Amino acid sequence: MASNHLTGIGSESKQLATWYFTFAAIIFGAQLLFGLVAAIQYVMPGFLFELLDFSVARMLHINALVVWMVFAMFGSVYWLLPDETGIETIGIKIGKLLYWVFVAAIVVVILVYLFIQVGPADETSIWFIHEGREYIEAPRWADFGIVVVALGFVANLWLTGFKGKNSGIVTVLMADMIAFAGLYLAGMFFTDNITVDQYWWWWVIHLWVEATWEVFVGAIAAYGLITMIGAHRKVVEMWLWIEVAMLFGSGILGIGHHYFWIGTPEYWWEIGALFSALEPLPLVAMFIHVLYDWGKTQGAQDATGQEVSVINNKPAFTWFVLNAFGNFLGAGIWGFFHTLPQVNLYTHGTQFTSAHGHLAFFGAYATILIGMMYIAVQGTNGIKIMKNTRASLWAVSLIVGGVMGMTIALTIAGYVQVLVSRAQMGATWAGYFDGQSGMWFAQAMDWRLFMGAITFLGFLFLVKDLLSTGKNPVHER
Amino acid sequence: MAKTSVWSDNRFWQRSAAWITGFAAVLLIWLTFDTAGQISMGTDADLQNKVTKRVPGPTVINYKITYEMSTKRGHEVPVIGEKEKFFGRDDWSEEEAGALLHLGKLGSQTKNCMNCHTLLGNGAYYAPDLTKAWLDPAWQNDGTMQAMTGKSTKEEAMAEFLQHPSTYPTHARMMPDLGITAEEAKGLVAFLKHMSSIDTNGFPRNFGKIQGAVNGK
Repeated sequence: MASNHLTGIGSESKQLATWYFTFAAIIFGAQLLFGLVAAIQYVMPGFLFELLDFSVARMLHINALVVWMVFAMFGSVYWLLPDETGIETIGIKIGKLLYWVFVAAIVVVILVYLFIQVGPADETSIWFIHEGREYIEAPRWADFGIVVVALGFVANLWLTGFKGKNSGIVTVLMADMIAFAGLYLAGMFFTDNITVDQYWWWWVIHLWVEATWEVFVGAIAAYGLITMIGAHRKVVEMWLWIEVAMLFGSGILGIGHHYFWIGTPEYWWEIGALFSALEPLPLVAMFIHVLYDWGKTQGAQDATGQEVSVINNKPAFTWFVLNAFGNFLGAGIWGFFHTLPQVNLYTHGTQFTSAHGHLAFFGAYATILIGMMYIAVQGTNGIKIMKNTRASLWAVSLIVGGVMGMTIALTIAGYVQVLVSRAQMGATWAGYFDGQSGMWFAQAMDWRLFMGAITFLGFLFLVKDLLSTGKNPVHER
Repeated sequence: MAKTSVWSDNRFWQRSAAWITGFAAVLLIWLTFDTAGQISMGTDADLQNKVTKRVPGPTVINYKITYEMSTKRGHEVPVIGEKEKFFGRDDWSEEEAGALLHLGKLGSQTKNCMNCHTLLGNGAYYAPDLTKAWLDPAWQNDGTMQAMTGKSTKEEAMAEFLQHPSTYPTHARMMPDLGITAEEAKGLVAFLKHMSSIDTNGFPRNFGKIQGAVNGK
């Protein structure tokens, strides 16, 4: 049965979406917890030493990040499909089965990371423990499982897209999600040549994060603007196509900025510099797009003489607007300022990258996915106009404040590291620790931990709000 | 019906998006073929014939490696010099050296090195970059690490440290014991030596200049 976005009740696709969102929120919590462990270890190196070392905490931190975002992405697609196509998602039974397969696999992988941690230097470790390759550590058995689950998801999306009404948003998602699933294959082999290893590793990481994930965000933002403020579909979809052209046009060859120093030829300097300098442009466009459509629809509403907000979901819309800001700031500005090879020669692999990573993943992806969770809360509870609660406001303030604080602290740490360890000492072992022991660096790491704790507190408010706000009588039903 | 502009036509933008994406993807694939040829691993014959490869063959462990300023390229490049003993031998065959590198690369992944260290600048930032670790002054003959482990060669000192890292702390932030065996340690050191010979376009710049690592001093 097709359903209106405001009444998710009765749609199996939307029910499956809420399952995905729930597990995503749990793993989001795990990401923050292991991030806190890793942040404590920077300040107190003896913390959990040889029990839960930094390497394990950090692996869990970044893997949980990827997994919760992928879960929330799948959830978002299952949520919007009935609205966009006008029909129930095809193959929903298999979709539900694959969900449980996926959840079970993730739980097993996490338990192995936690309790086995490292194995001998042979293929069995690669198959059953982890592959030791940043972000895509999942052991090989899980890789195959992930491919199967992803193909099932893509099949559901394609079959539904073909049978139902085919909107621009669905078309973009169909193309984007097949690229997203296909690129994972580039990270599923072993080679002795670390340069070749890193070359293909970036096909997964960069082409995901700076191409397919960004296009996904564009499609979700388009859906959100139509459902939350009633933006005109033709205008929204025109922006979406322009964004896709700009995102893929800059992002695909922007991969060159990862090929400066890994043993690849020099021509990547020019290609990487040019295209990654273009990468912020679509983010500016996305930023303008959201504010423009908001102003346009609100202006049209104001012209009727009534003082009514066009926003029917305040917390979700807040997170969507934060996405417009955060994507531009975190991915655009923080990314751009160390993307040129002349700068990157010194900043590559320092806390600068970490500062950019924290703000970009949060600003570009976490914000909009949290927004989608609020849309699902509105839909499942049949709320006409959803308002902010005290907990919504605490959640958004603490999380945004915490992540910004972490980013600024890590940026300062990055400066110290670049000046002392890299520019002055030439990146040796001793030079590295000179940089790490500097007072500014140490204080920055204290602040990072403090701001991380603030973020976690905000997460607790977020969970409370997501679980309780649906039944809160402040909303108009 | 009013005449509409092509600029406000969604079909126009849809086609533009498809063409631009296709063009960028084709260009990336074409560049990938070119790069793949340039980053494939060299052979023992290349090394003997002084053919410079961006990623030399595994038998590079039989030679002395330095990191020297190239006036032509304007930055430091790895230079493969005369023969040098590696664990007492400078005649590792292509098969033996290849097997050692294979073990080391596997070990670098199974021991999760990248989630503390950076390799070629990628990874975590909790521990030093390993790109040119083999050339680090700390492991040289009068270096602190070699002295601490009580070994007389660089490779033995590194292997000893890898097997018992918490016995030789260099900082409050210590490396944990990862159960690395003697054979695995040997492989890991071979992997590190091989990595130091990769042409990284001058990264890290001025490596160890102050401590005299540049120009083989």
